[in-house]
Amino acid sequence: MRILVVEDDKEVAGFVVKGLREAGHVVEHVANGRDGLFLAATETFDAIVLDRMLPGGVDGLRLLETLRAQHNQTPVLFLSAMANVDDRVRGLQAGGDDYLTKPFAFAELLARVEALTRRGKGDGPQTKLMVGDLEMDLLSRGVRRAAQKIDLQPREFRLLEYLMRHAGQVVTRTMLLEGVWDYHFDPQTNVIDVHVSRLRQKIDKPFPSALIHTVRNAGYMLRAES
Amino acid sequence: MMPKLPVGHWTGWRRHSGRSLVRSAGVRFGLMYAALFATSALALAVFLWWSTAGLLQRQTDAAINADSQGLSERYADGGLQALNDSLEQRQMDNIDDDAIYLLVQPDMAKVSGNLDHWPSQVVLNQEWSDLPILRAGVRGMARVHQFALAGGYRLLVGRDVQVRAQMGRLLTSALLWGAALAAVLGIVGSMAVRSLFRRTLADVSATAAAISAGNLARRVRLTGRGDEFDRLAETINDMLDRIGRLMDGVRQVSNAIAHDLRTPITRARMRLEDASRPGASEPALRAAIERATSDLDGIVGVFQALLRIAEIEAGARRSAFAPVDLVPLLQDLIELYSAAAEECGQVLQAELPQRLVCDGDRDMIQQAVANLLDNALKFSPAGAQVRLTASAATDGGVCIVVADHGPGIPEADRARAADRFFRGEAARSTPGSGLGLALVQAVATLHGGALRLDGNAPGLRATLLLAPGGAVMAINSPKPQPVVTKPGA
Repeated sequence: MRILVVEDDKEVAGFVVKGLREAGHVVEHVANGRDGLFLAATETFDAIVLDRMLPGGVDGLRLLETLRAQHNQTPVLFLSAMANVDDRVRGLQAGGDDYLTKPFAFAELLARVEALTRRGKGDGPQTKLMVGDLEMDLLSRGVRRAAQKIDLQPREFRLLEYLMRHAGQVVTRTMLLEGVWDYHFDPQTNVIDVHVSRLRQKIDKPFPSALIHTVRNAGYMLRAES
Repeated sequence: MMPKLPVGHWTGWRRHSGRSLVRSAGVRFGLMYAALFATSALALAVFLWWSTAGLLQRQTDAAINADSQGLSERYADGGLQALNDSLEQRQMDNIDDDAIYLLVQPDMAKVSGNLDHWPSQVVLNQEWSDLPILRAGVRGMARVHQFALAGGYRLLVGRDVQVRAQMGRLLTSALLWGAALAAVLGIVGSMAVRSLFRRTLADVSATAAAISAGNLARRVRLTGRGDEFDRLAETINDMLDRIGRLMDGVRQVSNAIAHDLRTPITRARMRLEDASRPGASEPALRAAIERATSDLDGIVGVFQALLRIAEIEAGARRSAFAPVDLVPLLQDLIELYSAAAEECGQVLQAELPQRLVCDGDRDMIQQAVANLLDNALKFSPAGAQVRLTASAATDGGVCIVVADHGPGIPEADRARAADRFFRGEAARSTPGSGLGLALVQAVATLHGGALRLDGNAPGLRATLLLAPGGAVMAINSPKPQPVVTKPGA
């Protein structure tokens, strides 16, 4: 994937660029808003990682608003030290697709950027999700694995749907909390792990191979054994 | 420590008042008072003059007119003889001896009357005149009316107005004295107004100066009269109380940050330092780095919680208030936590009405209740029961109760339990930052409610009261249907 990183802090930018390249992406980096806007408007990217406070007269919000005004729909992830609820809301209202506050774990950033690019492709109205021998019918809300019907609670269904939509990608606990429960706070206890482990009981336990994998220090990933 | 207050520091405005009296509001109000007082005194004097001296003059004129009218009619009816008789008669009848009559021939020689000769001041073409007269050796003032009769005769009719003039003088002097008195009273009154202003404002000004000099305990004195100034003083004092509480909060937070964040930072630092010593194995190095990272994450979490509490306390998010149905919100939270509860063999029970709508911020209420559930589950032993109840409170508003059978909070600690970074003895060994209840408290306060902590014999019963007195819509199902989750359900 081709990713543009607009970030003025050298250390943070270097860390992000290095990490994204190691994950196999092609990364362009600029350190100010003007250059960022120029590059974003003239070239094609799969995603943009955008700082909010930028030198050069064009801050992150202005950059994004200008871009959206030109009908450029490249997915944008804000990476900002401005962590208030209002800041977050403003970022999303300006056309941002996701908002991550500093300090952040790189695994979280990577997972969210990769999730963005998937979202950006515009899946269209899907009726069926398939991962390996796991099958989810979104219309009848039925789940089968290896032709065997699996009964899921409504929340388990949504959790599995989220994981399947991001199959092959790392999904962090925060992403699950936001995407499945729509909670924007961090519960102290390991509530998400418990829910995932229950889902595992139903999806993986009765079958020879596991689909839901724990990614150390990051989160979970749903993928078929290769 | 507070800086010592320099004596007389707050009286700065008094020095200015000496330099520029006009710029003093007290003097301005005093002058305004004096001007108003003088104007009303003047209006009173004018009215008095018009209604006494003026009335007398009008009465005199009316009497002269009536007299003249009657005499000229007599002359028209009965000629000179009848007029003479009438004049005689009227002089006889005039008890006050203030009537003046003089009838003259065309050559101005006297025919009859009580004046010796035609007064030189009375010009022929002027009907009314005021003139000094000498009658029976006494000087006086007279008002006369002269007119021509048929046959070249002229008649002069008048009244001695000496008494009236005296009264006028008396009245004038009385009014002058009155004016002088009014001026004195005005000045005294304006000085009183000014000093009242000075006294009242001096205290406010002194308090403000003391506060800005660092003495935050100072308050404006109340006179106890309950007037506007008292109300102003109360408002200012309320404001100062609020500022004081905020300052205490800031101080408490900075102290807490200094103390409570030092520990995890020290831990992370020690781990990294320890790992960087030569000779450490790679797995040990990795483990140390990982643990230091998680320590740092914990510190970041504390910061985020602190900022969030500050954000809530600032009240800026009140604009996001909207009617929220708490029942699905609470059901979702129960669903989220019941799985974790079951893992630990705990039972999470809920008793909710069918519908419970109150005005509030959805995200914040979620987070507050989540914190209460977090605490309850964290401190409850395996097999214990945690119960969440929501209902419309008796005084309006919503009452959300989370009750557990954990160790509870000793009564002595309950008042401080919602302070930032407060951690009870029982909580020392469990992970946590001591900010959970502080956030719940902030959310409750933002919603005009409160957080109450009671014993649950044994355990803790946390009551989150939202929007008391606010509009609440609650629909109770005929029989509350408890949402009960049991291990293995």
